[in-house]
Amino acid sequence: MADTAHISEMEDRKFTLNFGPQHPAAHGVLRMILDLDGEIVTRVDSHIGLLHRGTEKLLEYKTFLQGMPYFDRLDYCSPMNQEHAWCLAVEKLLAVDVPRRASLIRVLYSELGRIMSHLLNVTTQILDVGALTPITWGFEEREKLCVFYERASGSRMHAAYFRPGGVHQDLPQNLIDDIAEWCDQFPGKLDQIESLITENRIFKQRNVDIGLVDEKTIMEWGFSGVMVRGSGFAWDLRRSQPYECYSELDFKIPVGRNGDNYDRYVCRMEEMRESVKIMQQCIDLMSKEGPGPVLVPGSKLAPPRRAEMKNSMEALIHHFKLYTEGFHVPEGETYVAIEAPKGEFGVYLVSDGTNRPYRAKIRAPGYPHLQAMDHLSKGHMLADVSAILGSLDIVFGEIDR
Amino acid sequence: MMTTEAIEALRELGAHIATRQPDAVKSADVILGELTVLAERDHIVSLLRFLRDDQQCNFETFIDVCGVDYPERTERFEVVYHLLSMRMNHRVRVRISTDEDTPVPSVVGLWPAANWFEREAFDMYGIQFSDHPDLRRILTDYGFEGYPLRKDFPLTGHYEVRYDDLEKRVVYEPVELPQEYRNFDFLSPWEGMTSHIPGDEKAEEPSE
Repeated sequence: MADTAHISEMEDRKFTLNFGPQHPAAHGVLRMILDLDGEIVTRVDSHIGLLHRGTEKLLEYKTFLQGMPYFDRLDYCSPMNQEHAWCLAVEKLLAVDVPRRASLIRVLYSELGRIMSHLLNVTTQILDVGALTPITWGFEEREKLCVFYERASGSRMHAAYFRPGGVHQDLPQNLIDDIAEWCDQFPGKLDQIESLITENRIFKQRNVDIGLVDEKTIMEWGFSGVMVRGSGFAWDLRRSQPYECYSELDFKIPVGRNGDNYDRYVCRMEEMRESVKIMQQCIDLMSKEGPGPVLVPGSKLAPPRRAEMKNSMEALIHHFKLYTEGFHVPEGETYVAIEAPKGEFGVYLVSDGTNRPYRAKIRAPGYPHLQAMDHLSKGHMLADVSAILGSLDIVFGEIDR
Repeated sequence: MMTTEAIEALRELGAHIATRQPDAVKSADVILGELTVLAERDHIVSLLRFLRDDQQCNFETFIDVCGVDYPERTERFEVVYHLLSMRMNHRVRVRISTDEDTPVPSVVGLWPAANWFEREAFDMYGIQFSDHPDLRRILTDYGFEGYPLRKDFPLTGHYEVRYDDLEKRVVYEPVELPQEYRNFDFLSPWEGMTSHIPGDEKAEEPSE
């Protein structure tokens, strides 16, 4: 002790802490270098890229169809939403309109994905601030949604279900009935989860007035999604720049007031209720309008039916060419954004007229959100870092790509 | 799908930008319902500041910066900016070009959010940004060499890592492929390939 006596008390309080890359509150592989003054955070330096798999490079070497499953592996909490952005971008360059039923199925599963993502985020953020029970209640419902994914696509997570031009296969009626049944009981389950959290004193102490986001922050740091709505701005791409059939569906956009962690939690809970309403409307519309094609019929985007391939040489050639060469996308560039659960998920696609993308840039919402970590955490206590990080809704699949 | 009025409004906005910033803007077009502005590299900061502050444009939210590589051009890189106006509910894309050595003025001063996006463009393509406060690599490994998204960088990369049980640590080794990476060109001669068909060169050879 004697030889450290010359260090003044002020200097003694300053130190640097390494957080991650393997830390349960990091929501993936995030390494942060935290400069601390006592317990107060003075600087956050995030080191990302530990899950970098070169998705954008890989996409340049795959056909448009082969590239699609990579999008499941970005934000793996809501895989189909990312597929949606890719399919919309390809369809825009192809100038293809999706059949009505496929559009309804896509919206149904996008909203299902939104609930999956929010259930995971809300409950794990609560876990980060110390509550152990909600995650078990939330994951019970999430598990059922994974089963709906599996029944539609054959996979619980990496679905590869959407296709440029529609979806891969139609949904069986009993699956639609089961989803409708699930929709009826889910708001009750949400109430139960809320009864644990919303008025919880410890949860409020950890989240109210923590991680405040104001208008200036939103504009300067490129925020989107719940990070904007939590601060009271009704900005939702499903409403303001509608894609698919969102313009004819009836839903509300929940907004917060203070822009803190707590308001964002409330927004996510309310968004799940709105998503259930959208799902119910889709199911009603599907039963009202009856069956129909789910991939653009008679186009080169849809594979021929098996039975047809047994008798028709042309169908066989078409099938072979679709799954080897793929389809050609006209030359051009487009930026298509969707309202993913985490914010604006965009795809900037440049095509040179061949069967493979020339450049595909993925704009993940978590990337600018995590970037603002330094801005949001400065001046907060060390324990708030994990609360803010959880509230940003970070998934490393999409940030590192 | 966009209405014709919306496209007309974007076209007017493009004309407005072009007349107010004549030095910076080369052209402004609306293609597929998206406004694209081709700009001069040296004026990019003043152009983006105008796009952010002008009442009619109001592109306050920063969306994206990325690079695109065209090795056959003299200025091989394009830097593409995407901006959004939440108030006016419209988007714009600004494209400039540069080469390996010429730095692009950084826009971190306008939007702090550009920081990581420019770092990523530097990391992936080696595009230089002048006046960037912290131009480090971001997504690649510590000590990585090369620019992976350039078209001349091989898909397999140059090094692979594995855990060596004898040395009890992760080792880096040159990539060794038991079989050459198969990159099929599925462009059939009947469509797509118009310039060159395999075997054509035989017709050119003088007969002996």
